[in-house]
Amino acid sequence: MLETHHYRSTFDQRYAQARDDLLRMGQMVDNAIDRSIQALRARDQTLARQIIAEDLVINALRTTIEEECLVLIATQQPTASDLRATITAMFLTNEMERIADHANGIAKTVLRMGDEPLLKPLVDIPRMAEVARDMLRQSLDAFLARDIQAAHAIAARDAEIDHMYRAIFDELLAIMANDPKTITRATYLLWCGHNLERIGDRVTNIAERIVFMATGAREDLNE
Amino acid sequence: MAKIKAQGVNFYYGQFKALADVSMEIAEHEVTALIGPSGCGKSTFLRCLNRMNDTIPGTRLEGKIELDGLDVYAPAYDVADLRRRVGMVFQKPNPFPQSIFDNVAFGLRILGQTRGLADCVEQSLRSAALWDEVRDHLHEPALGLSLGQQQRLCIARVLAVEPDIILMDEPCSALDPIATLAIEELMRQLKERYTIVIVTHNMQQAARVSDCTGLFWLGKLVEFNPTEKIFTQPDEQQTEDYVTGRFG
Repeated sequence: MLETHHYRSTFDQRYAQARDDLLRMGQMVDNAIDRSIQALRARDQTLARQIIAEDLVINALRTTIEEECLVLIATQQPTASDLRATITAMFLTNEMERIADHANGIAKTVLRMGDEPLLKPLVDIPRMAEVARDMLRQSLDAFLARDIQAAHAIAARDAEIDHMYRAIFDELLAIMANDPKTITRATYLLWCGHNLERIGDRVTNIAERIVFMATGAREDLNE
Repeated sequence: MAKIKAQGVNFYYGQFKALADVSMEIAEHEVTALIGPSGCGKSTFLRCLNRMNDTIPGTRLEGKIELDGLDVYAPAYDVADLRRRVGMVFQKPNPFPQSIFDNVAFGLRILGQTRGLADCVEQSLRSAALWDEVRDHLHEPALGLSLGQQQRLCIARVLAVEPDIILMDEPCSALDPIATLAIEELMRQLKERYTIVIVTHNMQQAARVSDCTGLFWLGKLVEFNPTEKIFTQPDEQQTEDYVTGRFG
């Protein structure tokens, strides 16, 4: 048996840099979702403005990671699982940037709501946010571990978010039908719910990419 | 049908077994790349295809290599015709110390052709993407050309005798990047009319030019698959490790 060598330390180091930046971005995005719900609960316009301002930082980090991956491809010519990992990192940074946009969307809704009281107490929206954040954090762990089973389990949880969104939608529709004066305030909450529902879809996309990274297979986990 | 079919090929240099049970079907009008670490048997296999190893004393082949369904190692097979049909381009350009014209006409003259030489030489130089650069210097020494031009001249010399198959053993390893790209572009054009088998140490070159790739390792063919599969999602862990640079 010939001796085994490892000649890709430059690739490994540079990929690790992109991966660590991606994980840092994931924490920032998770934090943005959390704070958007805090802002909604407390009707905290200052916090909402902070979230909107910090979205620019997330966008810049996305550009950095994309550039790191481009340089990796151009200079290290990764193949097979290295190539899939690099492409997956690029894809994930794009999805997370969009997830941050959804948190941003909730923050913008908080600004529009002004001082008007909430139409109803927040119950399902914070729950949706908790599930979405949990899925996001688990997806980052699954990305690190290249864990296909975890990716499938994460995608399956999107159904919980969809179920809560349908419940919110039906409830708000009934309130609006009953009293058209509530339409504006009900629509604000619908927007928030819709943003969270989209976050669930995007984390599911991330889970699909983790399966691709680990196996090369493309699976549709969006049922 | 496969243009070349190798079945259970074992090859020995004396007692040393350089190839072990290699089976491969090489498709017509495709570029097939053979990759693997030094000493893995890829060049030995390439040289088996036109019986170039016959010239090395003490070598022996078991198994079968068929060209268009005929066993090229059968006693009745005409080796001279095999070498005409299966041309070879080597690592270092090796033009003869003659004029450009005489280099390309060399094989034709050996085959006894005396008429229409100029047309054949022009056509071969055009096919090798060299005509425009040498048309006004045909009777100047071939050794005055750049290395990249010399390698294309060697390809033109092979093309002149109208082969079916062109074997290339590290054809770009002595060339600069631009000359390398010129040869790679030429390969893409030539595969419309010829079948090309290339041995290369440059994996990115294999990825760029070939349709199928075979990885050799310790005399065995580890994996033979479409090139896109080899470089994105290989079947074998050894291939994965080799193309990602994690063994060698």
